[in-house]
Amino acid sequence: MSDATLTEAAAAVAEGHDAHDGHGTNDHGAHGTTTGISNNKLMMWVFLGSECLLFGALISTYLLYKERFKDFAESLAPFEEDARNVGPRFGGEDGEGVFDIPFTSISSFVLLASSLTMVLALSSIRRGDYARFRVWTLTTAALGSVFIAGQIYEFTEFVQKGLGYSTNIFGSAFFTLTGFHGVHVSIGILMLLAIYIMHVQGRLNQDKAETVEIVGLYWHFVDVVWILIFTVVYLFPQ
Amino acid sequence: MTDTLDTTAAGPEAAHDDDHHPGDIFYLKIAGILALFTALEVGTYFVEDTAPRWLMFTSLTILMVIKFAMVAAYFMHLKYDTKWFTYVFVAGLVLAVVVYAIFFFSYDLFGLAPEASSDR
Amino acid sequence: MAITEDRPLALESGDVRRVAERPLGALTRPQSDVGWASWFTTVDHKKIGIMYGVGSLFFFLFGGVEALLIRIQLAAPDGQFLSESLYNQAFTMHGVTMIFLVIMPMAAAFANYLLPLQVGARDVAFPRLNAFSFWCWLAGAIFLNTSWFLGGAPDGGWFAYAPNTSVVFAPGNGMDFYAIGLQIAGIASLVSAINLIVTVLNMRAPGMTLLKMPIFTWMMLVVQFLLLFAVPVITIALFLLTFDRSFDANFFNVEEGGSPLLWQHLFWIFGHPEVYILILPAFGIISEVIPTFSRKPIFGYPFMVGSGIAIGFMGWGVWAHHMFVSGLGQISVAAFSLSTMFIAVPTGVKILNWLATMWGGRLRFNTAMLFATGVIAMFTIGGLSGVTHAVSPSDTQQTDTYYIVAHFHYVIFGGALLGMFSGFYFWWPKVFGHKLGEKWGKINFWLMLIGFNMTFGPMHVLGLQGMARRHHSYAEEDGFALWNMIVSIGAFVIALGVAAFLVNIWISARAAKKNPEKMSADPWDARSLEWSTASPTPVHNFDTDPVVEFQDDWWHRKWGTNEDGKIVRKAHPDDIAQDGSATDVHLPSPSYWPLILSLSLPIIGYAIIFTMWLLIPAGAMFIAGFLGWALEPADDPEAAHGHDGHDEHDEHDVADGEAAHV
Repeated sequence: MSDATLTEAAAAVAEGHDAHDGHGTNDHGAHGTTTGISNNKLMMWVFLGSECLLFGALISTYLLYKERFKDFAESLAPFEEDARNVGPRFGGEDGEGVFDIPFTSISSFVLLASSLTMVLALSSIRRGDYARFRVWTLTTAALGSVFIAGQIYEFTEFVQKGLGYSTNIFGSAFFTLTGFHGVHVSIGILMLLAIYIMHVQGRLNQDKAETVEIVGLYWHFVDVVWILIFTVVYLFPQ
Repeated sequence: MTDTLDTTAAGPEAAHDDDHHPGDIFYLKIAGILALFTALEVGTYFVEDTAPRWLMFTSLTILMVIKFAMVAAYFMHLKYDTKWFTYVFVAGLVLAVVVYAIFFFSYDLFGLAPEASSDR
Repeated sequence: MAITEDRPLALESGDVRRVAERPLGALTRPQSDVGWASWFTTVDHKKIGIMYGVGSLFFFLFGGVEALLIRIQLAAPDGQFLSESLYNQAFTMHGVTMIFLVIMPMAAAFANYLLPLQVGARDVAFPRLNAFSFWCWLAGAIFLNTSWFLGGAPDGGWFAYAPNTSVVFAPGNGMDFYAIGLQIAGIASLVSAINLIVTVLNMRAPGMTLLKMPIFTWMMLVVQFLLLFAVPVITIALFLLTFDRSFDANFFNVEEGGSPLLWQHLFWIFGHPEVYILILPAFGIISEVIPTFSRKPIFGYPFMVGSGIAIGFMGWGVWAHHMFVSGLGQISVAAFSLSTMFIAVPTGVKILNWLATMWGGRLRFNTAMLFATGVIAMFTIGGLSGVTHAVSPSDTQQTDTYYIVAHFHYVIFGGALLGMFSGFYFWWPKVFGHKLGEKWGKINFWLMLIGFNMTFGPMHVLGLQGMARRHHSYAEEDGFALWNMIVSIGAFVIALGVAAFLVNIWISARAAKKNPEKMSADPWDARSLEWSTASPTPVHNFDTDPVVEFQDDWWHRKWGTNEDGKIVRKAHPDDIAQDGSATDVHLPSPSYWPLILSLSLPIIGYAIIFTMWLLIPAGAMFIAGFLGWALEPADDPEAAHGHDGHDEHDEHDVADGEAAHV
């Protein structure tokens, strides 16, 4: 299939077809726009700009409530016996809080790796190397799934240690922030599977590489948000 | 655009964003650097009790910002693409940071707003 | 995602007969663009604009009735007309309706109809997404209003301060309808913002640089950026409220350390840019109307653009002036007081520029111009009271009184709404092919203006005398009775004015039917590109792409200067306007998936409020809508660039819209 499409694309170029006839070119969509940028790509970047405000609100709510909870917890008496007294690094079952930094670090590496495989997937389809494209796309989806599995495991551990969604303001803020991020990752996984399926059905090939690029932009953004969350939520000294 | 617009000028290579597409080795190198930075970040956890807090905060923030910038610039190709993308994205980013920082620091959390009410 | 086909699938413009094609054997794309059913599947920005307009006018009547209920209750002391609970619902829904279901969609009507025309494009960048925005908005609007029958409307005020809106203090479903209904409407705004930004940046006619765009386009572009960045903030606020109410979170649970100020901050970080979202469209509209009926270009075009951008920018730094008495602390209050004073400056620049445009012009005070002039006057009054609010010590006196109510009605009604009415009268011939009558237009204008000032003028006095907002009634001995009676009478005068508008619509349509006359492309001798094509606008907008050389390019094709520097006519509009006769322009095909996808959202809302089992049909509808959209056969491969291959991103947009909002 890849050979046929390459030949097709080459023939289209040779005949001087431009993007008006079918979807001939790598830059389809860029052609004919005032700025020279494709509509789809611009749309994604504009959307990502708005996502900054979304995650910014969640992160600042989290930071606020983490601090407030620390002060609030000090007022709980008796400290050890109050079920609400579960924080990131204090209270809870063993008094050490809920965070397990080494475990979460692995999640971070996983997501980082998935960004690499995403960029390799894009690079492959651009070259017309469809076999590698399939491998890298599935790997990215798999790594994303491992990340989600890790999150789910982590959350169940937290609940076991006494931190639920409704336990205190820290729990509500933490699970909401990471939950939103997790949902974004999950949607990204669905998008990756979708482009994989479309490719296998023959509807996504080298001249539509931009679609993969745009999915990639979303995926990298989700990774970038995790870079923020990992540092701010987990690593900053409490 | 309508048929009457002459768009025959552009061919498949004409798009600006096709100018720079690094090979896979380049991406591996970037990923390697990012992994290194991540390892450094994780490393701070292990020296948490001994290192001074201000150093922890500063180094973690710097590492975070560099990683963010690298993913955006290289993996998201922002460095090589049209400046429009950078404008809209950075606009949102800067706006978020400024607005939420103001919001956060209006609370009397670090003794910065001593007259703030007893909304605790 | 478009599938390449060799056979023509395109909707040939001008050809209304269609043969149904079944290229995939399963999903037929609707083909017709005529008939009432075509409105449900249209992706034409003009039809979508008209639907926004009709929807907003419909809800305007709703919001108006809510206002009249309030005014009947408050006409005399110790009113018994509405119970306390109903009163709370009335003023809450009046505010929510007027802001989210009237002014914003009315602006969307103008933006959707005009922006592609003003930049010389054939449609917006993503036509199906555009349809989705409309249906999504409508779904949210209807969902919100079903609350009246399903346990009571929201009653926590349009600003919904926590923890007053928690289940403890607001039991019942009202506030859930508020949170979810606005969430759904928010999706519509955000998606539309992305669409219009890409359209304006990427689909301008050849030669139209940014600094040659009409002021209306510029103001709407700033509005879209404001929406883009502000809607996510209220999205989070509404999610936090929903999580507290429906899933037992602790965000606003004061006993657990929750902060009521968190809600206020998040709400007003959205809320202040929101008021600029409300007013800038009207500023844009009158910036088109005033030059046309002064027969002069807008004075200081770069300053009009720059001040619009400045307002958009500075609007992010003033939000806590809504929170001066909430206990922020002196430093915050002083800082926000200062920034609020500064934001008056760019608006002042605009007012001076409109006046300078009129100065020395050949003024024609038809209804559109009357409304536009009304905006300048009324907004100035509202702006002046706004300046008094900026000074935090005086605001401490004024806040939560009717003085504030007076201020924001002067700017929203006197500014935004009168501006929209100016736009109606101005663009009616372009949209519908006949003008609105001048006789009834003037009756409409004067009744509205007089009624408006009767209603909101005395509120300044009442506020300074100490009449509190959001109070169900007042006592005889307060001494508020006289002004309140005048206010209430004024409200009914406004109602008469609105009735006159509706009468005008009907009478004008009837007159046009009886004496059909071909409306000129450019009945007002106006300045921007929409007037260079036939009226009513042809379905494909332009026969040939306009090529732009100047700002106010259309004007320059009609008028030039001779050797003596005098302005002389170069061409008559009817001779050079495009007549809409082209038949080879390809248009995006209609689709019913935007409608289906958007209908799943309120069902999800009902699921959260009533029973999670509803998530099953809602989820099924959502997935079906999503897949249907992504898989439906291509329309014309030459359709708006960016239309092809954007299904992938639709599924992303709408999925985000559902699951995590954005």
